[in-house]
Amino acid sequence: MSDNQTLLKTPLFDLLTAAGGKMVPFASYAMPVQFPMGIMGEHNHTRSKAGLFDVSHMGQCYIRSLDGRDPAAALERLMPGALQSLKPGKMRYSMLLNDDGGMEDDLMVTRSFEPDGMLYVVVNAACKDKDYAIIEEKLAGKVALEPLEDRALIALQGPKAEEVLASLAPGATELGFMEATMITLEGTVCWVSRSGYTGEDGYEISVPSSDAEALARRLLSHELVEPIGLGARDSLRLEAGLCLSGHDFNASITPVEAAVTFALGKKRRLTGDFPGGEKILAQLAEGTSRLLVGIKPQGRAPAREGTIIQDTSGNDIGILTSGGFGPTVGGPIAMGFVSAEFAAVGTEINLIVRGKSLPARVANTPFVAQRYKRKIT
Amino acid sequence: MIKFTEEHEWLLVDGDTVTVGITDYAQKALGDVVFVELPEVGASFGKDEDAAVVESVKAASDVFAPISGEIMDVNGALEDDPSLVNSAAMDAGWFFKMKASDMSEMDAMMDETGYNDFVAGLE
Repeated sequence: MSDNQTLLKTPLFDLLTAAGGKMVPFASYAMPVQFPMGIMGEHNHTRSKAGLFDVSHMGQCYIRSLDGRDPAAALERLMPGALQSLKPGKMRYSMLLNDDGGMEDDLMVTRSFEPDGMLYVVVNAACKDKDYAIIEEKLAGKVALEPLEDRALIALQGPKAEEVLASLAPGATELGFMEATMITLEGTVCWVSRSGYTGEDGYEISVPSSDAEALARRLLSHELVEPIGLGARDSLRLEAGLCLSGHDFNASITPVEAAVTFALGKKRRLTGDFPGGEKILAQLAEGTSRLLVGIKPQGRAPAREGTIIQDTSGNDIGILTSGGFGPTVGGPIAMGFVSAEFAAVGTEINLIVRGKSLPARVANTPFVAQRYKRKIT
Repeated sequence: MIKFTEEHEWLLVDGDTVTVGITDYAQKALGDVVFVELPEVGASFGKDEDAAVVESVKAASDVFAPISGEIMDVNGALEDDPSLVNSAAMDAGWFFKMKASDMSEMDAMMDETGYNDFVAGLE
């Protein structure tokens, strides 16, 4: 454990270590990669019951207006989503773009209930310093960014997450997918959203650090809840077809190339009033030379990130950005970039694994159907 | 006679036929095994060369030929049910059988007591 001594610890470190978490370095933090149940068991538990994930390493911040205008209008200068139209308690997936239209990071933006329209933003752990610096530099004088260093973030994911959280606070059932509100849990006011990154129904709970361990302990005491590590978090999000920052995209990849155009606001994709807008609009109209696609190896061998993709004639056409075994799928799954002419679902390709050419096909994502609880409106 | 390596492989020695697998300690460290790639029967390996691959949900690991020799047989059951490596590491989860070309390569290997002490020192 000596390697962990220089690493940052979340407020749940002691609790999750005591629960048997095998701690590894991740984005400068000591985080559990797995628990005694094992990655496969944890994955299946989350798909059938409820898993508790410590995601306190992620960056939580408030963004307030400094000029009396909507802070979402300022953020829209850096992001392509329809953020100004966010009503209080609604959230959206978006991304921070650079001037080339590349995705510096992806993130969640939520409108608070504060009268000034304050936004609550959650960014990836490995990107938080960079993201904060970009926002503060590019939007200087327009917004103030307040990192919430004193808050933990707990994700409760799975088909039984609603039942579990409702046992602490019946009001939790009223939230719809991508909605957030304040809920009192164990006597502490928490900021709770119905969201997550597993493809399952579930919640993300922002809780003051000082109360995080007690809340996590209470949730874990429920018979339907088990702690889940980074290993299963990765297999769950890959089955759900969700991109991972720094793997499936980076600062040189546009939202069109990463196939996340759903995050481009309807009006904004007409005006292109965001960084790299001209390039992104051109890609929307004419397509891109490379595209992120789902990939299903036809055999049993998993193919990992970095695996070369070839066409059936042996020409290099791309590279895997994520890959492994999907426990719910019951076989290997992957995502990767291919040249656009090979991006159609069903296209036969080969993956070069340990010098051997293994057959695979371009596949639809998600690999496992998402089961979000959307409100019928 | 059973021998063990510091790479957490076991060798069941019967004359010059040696059955090779990974230890219970190794399977626990790997986690749930989802794929095993076995060598071709008839292939020859030098001591410590990569002979097989075992993949868990998380990562791929090499299995070494612990001795020099020729592959006589492989455990085809692992291709249908890789989880045998977890559930029966020390018997039904064996990987391959080799014909040893130099029995003396096993002289310095640990016996069961020695290996148990070795593992205890790691924990």
